[in-house]
Amino acid sequence: MPRLIDSRYTPLIAVALIALLLPLIFPSPYYYRIGALVFIFALAVIGLNLLMGFAGQVSLGHAGFLGIGAYAVAVGPTHLGLPSWFCIFAGAGASALVAYAVGQPILRLKGHYLAVATLGFGIVISIVLTNEAGWTGGPDGMSVQRLVLFGWPMHGSKIWYWIGAGTLLVGVALALNLIDSPSGRALQAIHDSEVAAQVLGVRVARKKLSVFVISAVYASVAGSYLALLNGHVTPDLAGFMRSIELVAMVVLGGMGSVFGSLVGAAVLVVLPQALTSFHDYEHMMLGLIVMGFMILLRRGIVPALGAALTGRAL
Amino acid sequence: MSVLQIERLSIAFGGVRAIDDVNLTVPKGCVFSIIGPNGAGKTTLFNLISGVYRPTQGQVLLDGTDVSGFAPDRLARRGLSRTFQNLQIFFRLSALENVMVGRNRHETTNVIQDLLRLPSVWRQNRATREAAMAALARVGLAADADKSAASLPYGAMKRLEIARALASEPQVLLLDEPAAGCNPVETEELDDIIRAIVDDGVTVVLVEHDMRLVMNISDRIHVLANGRTLTEGTAAEVRANPAVVEAYLGTHNARGRAVA
Amino acid sequence: MAEFLQFLFSGLTVGAVYALVALGFTLIYNASGIINFAQGEFVMLGGMTTVFLALVGVPLPLAAVVAVLAAVAVGLLLHRFAIEPARGADTVSLIMITIGASIFLRGAAQVVFDKRFHSLPHLFGTDPLRIGGAAILPQSLVVLAGATVIVVLLWIFIDRTLFGKAVIATAANRLAARLVGINTGHMIGFSFAISAAIGALAGILVTPITLTSYDVGTLLALKGFAAAMLGGMGYALGAVVGGLLLGLLEAFSAGYLSSKYKDVVAFLVILAVFFVMPQGLLGRAKVERV
Repeated sequence: MPRLIDSRYTPLIAVALIALLLPLIFPSPYYYRIGALVFIFALAVIGLNLLMGFAGQVSLGHAGFLGIGAYAVAVGPTHLGLPSWFCIFAGAGASALVAYAVGQPILRLKGHYLAVATLGFGIVISIVLTNEAGWTGGPDGMSVQRLVLFGWPMHGSKIWYWIGAGTLLVGVALALNLIDSPSGRALQAIHDSEVAAQVLGVRVARKKLSVFVISAVYASVAGSYLALLNGHVTPDLAGFMRSIELVAMVVLGGMGSVFGSLVGAAVLVVLPQALTSFHDYEHMMLGLIVMGFMILLRRGIVPALGAALTGRAL
Repeated sequence: MSVLQIERLSIAFGGVRAIDDVNLTVPKGCVFSIIGPNGAGKTTLFNLISGVYRPTQGQVLLDGTDVSGFAPDRLARRGLSRTFQNLQIFFRLSALENVMVGRNRHETTNVIQDLLRLPSVWRQNRATREAAMAALARVGLAADADKSAASLPYGAMKRLEIARALASEPQVLLLDEPAAGCNPVETEELDDIIRAIVDDGVTVVLVEHDMRLVMNISDRIHVLANGRTLTEGTAAEVRANPAVVEAYLGTHNARGRAVA
Repeated sequence: MAEFLQFLFSGLTVGAVYALVALGFTLIYNASGIINFAQGEFVMLGGMTTVFLALVGVPLPLAAVVAVLAAVAVGLLLHRFAIEPARGADTVSLIMITIGASIFLRGAAQVVFDKRFHSLPHLFGTDPLRIGGAAILPQSLVVLAGATVIVVLLWIFIDRTLFGKAVIATAANRLAARLVGINTGHMIGFSFAISAAIGALAGILVTPITLTSYDVGTLLALKGFAAAMLGGMGYALGAVVGGLLLGLLEAFSAGYLSSKYKDVVAFLVILAVFFVMPQGLLGRAKVERV
């Protein structure tokens, strides 16, 4: 097949096509909301995938950054009178700073020790959000003012579908850029052999820290969007189960597959919606699905499909 | 003129001295081999020189500068590179990308530029790719550039590691048992590859069990046994030294008996 | 002083439960290299099964025995149908499988049992004992004594029986253990069974004090995991020390600093320990071989 376009950007084109064509088959406006949720989660998952799938560093506390982003757009406008759009950036900046500060000691740890440390970080964030009720409304959370851009209120699922899709495209493009760059190669090298990367001159600690910060920013922006879409935030958003959900999305879609991040997010956003009719059995089904995928499609959906279809990973 | 110098180097693991008071001087532009029976401490010595371990005592001088205790990446940026006895290939990457990682110390873009794929990153990638291809060609793997590194045969992986180390343009290259697991033809090729590397002005320090290769290629040979220096000399001198034979066979060696 | 004793006892009581959960993590980790995040669900199963059997009139001791057996059965099923088929999967996948299992078990408990909090009668009543001015629930002592007995029995079993030696051999080197004829698959299944039993016992012992519900497992798993890592993953003694320390840390920071932020303090201390001792308190530093 002639290569009309650089195959490196296949995922970017795929995401763009999906976002454009999906509304054609939406039976009701409600589906815009689900689409928006998928795109927003996919954004966070791509960031986490850069950390986990490419650099090989586990984070069981990434929802903490979702929480920082979400509460930035909740607290900033309400308590400080800052514009919401500014708070998206402020939240991203805060997440980057927190990731930078926390990452220095934490990323020295390996394997399960890193898992505990990141888990602890996530829990600390959710405890702070729960306890500082004066700012955050405590366990019940707080409402979020609508985003207003150039005098226009950004309200409704449809708008957030397109904002989510647009931002996701930017996120995908940046991730693809990073993967095929000196930093990206260094990160993948670290994943396979830290010591070999190091003797080739890779500043391992610095590279890990930079991808941790990047992934935190992705999650933070996603968190801000979720809060603005829902109009309400609770500390659950930063909780352990959310972190697990993010990791499950990464692994389900495929570690190290940018397009897989979208698929993983789609599966775990859509399934619970589809399962609400089973209400009582929702958790059981969810548990079974996660286990089933992990056992049967170990490499994740997209890499497994890619291998089956073309003999190489997408 | 010595490019690498080791003074009274020691390291202990839980009371066991794996390297005990070793001194050696590697002249510039030569092949310097370190041999010794299994467990003599050869790889440990490499790990010390390349900064993977920190010495308990003693100094490593690279180009006259004390670099003891430097982290491996810092040493790499000063022109020291190595390969591994147990392969440390980046299995997720293609052969070419493996070698491209070796260019890391020459790449100047930062992570923000990388994310945004600024023109500097374009140029950087192209330059890196060219240099990596050249390094692959030097070890005869140019045709395998786009293959997944994991799919290469064992002997090719060994050469891939050499190409990767070469890509960083080291002044000192440590090769840890490059011929292990290679067939005679591959070993022959390895001989040529190493000679070509030295001809380009790189100093090669070699740990190797294949004595034909060692004796053929080495300018000087340093013999270790039980973490200590046994002797050092040219190939002829080492071969003629009865202590070396004893160390390898161990039968008449009091220390060897005590250990056995 | 009375205050101090009060915190000490409550810390030890909670810590004993963490220690048992951590021990469960350690046993399975040693046999298989797997971190079993469903470990907390065994604790939940032990407590909840006992509660519901007692509700339908089963005598308490029998209910407790059945609950432990039920947990063991769940542990074995988990191993057979989720862990065994995933042999050779990478660490993150295995972690996700056990997390999937814990979500499943929680969902199942919600359907089979209910979503309310439940308690069990205290073994020796609820009149507190006065020790140095501190009021100690007799059940706290039951928890401590029970945990001690479990740890000692486990130690005797591992140290004194051939089967125990096989467990140790498997922990030390799985391949070598297989080469000398140990069925490491059985060892892993066995470790799941024992871990489930220990978890269920912990759940039964502590339910009178802390209450139980279908979702108590998650937090216990997190704490138990953290405790096991604090002590040094893979060391049974480390698990016990880590669990007790974590319990004490929580109790004292709740008492002297802030009850809201006790978990934060605990995690900060754990991070500080990792920072100084990356292998945990009792873990030995490994030399990287390249």
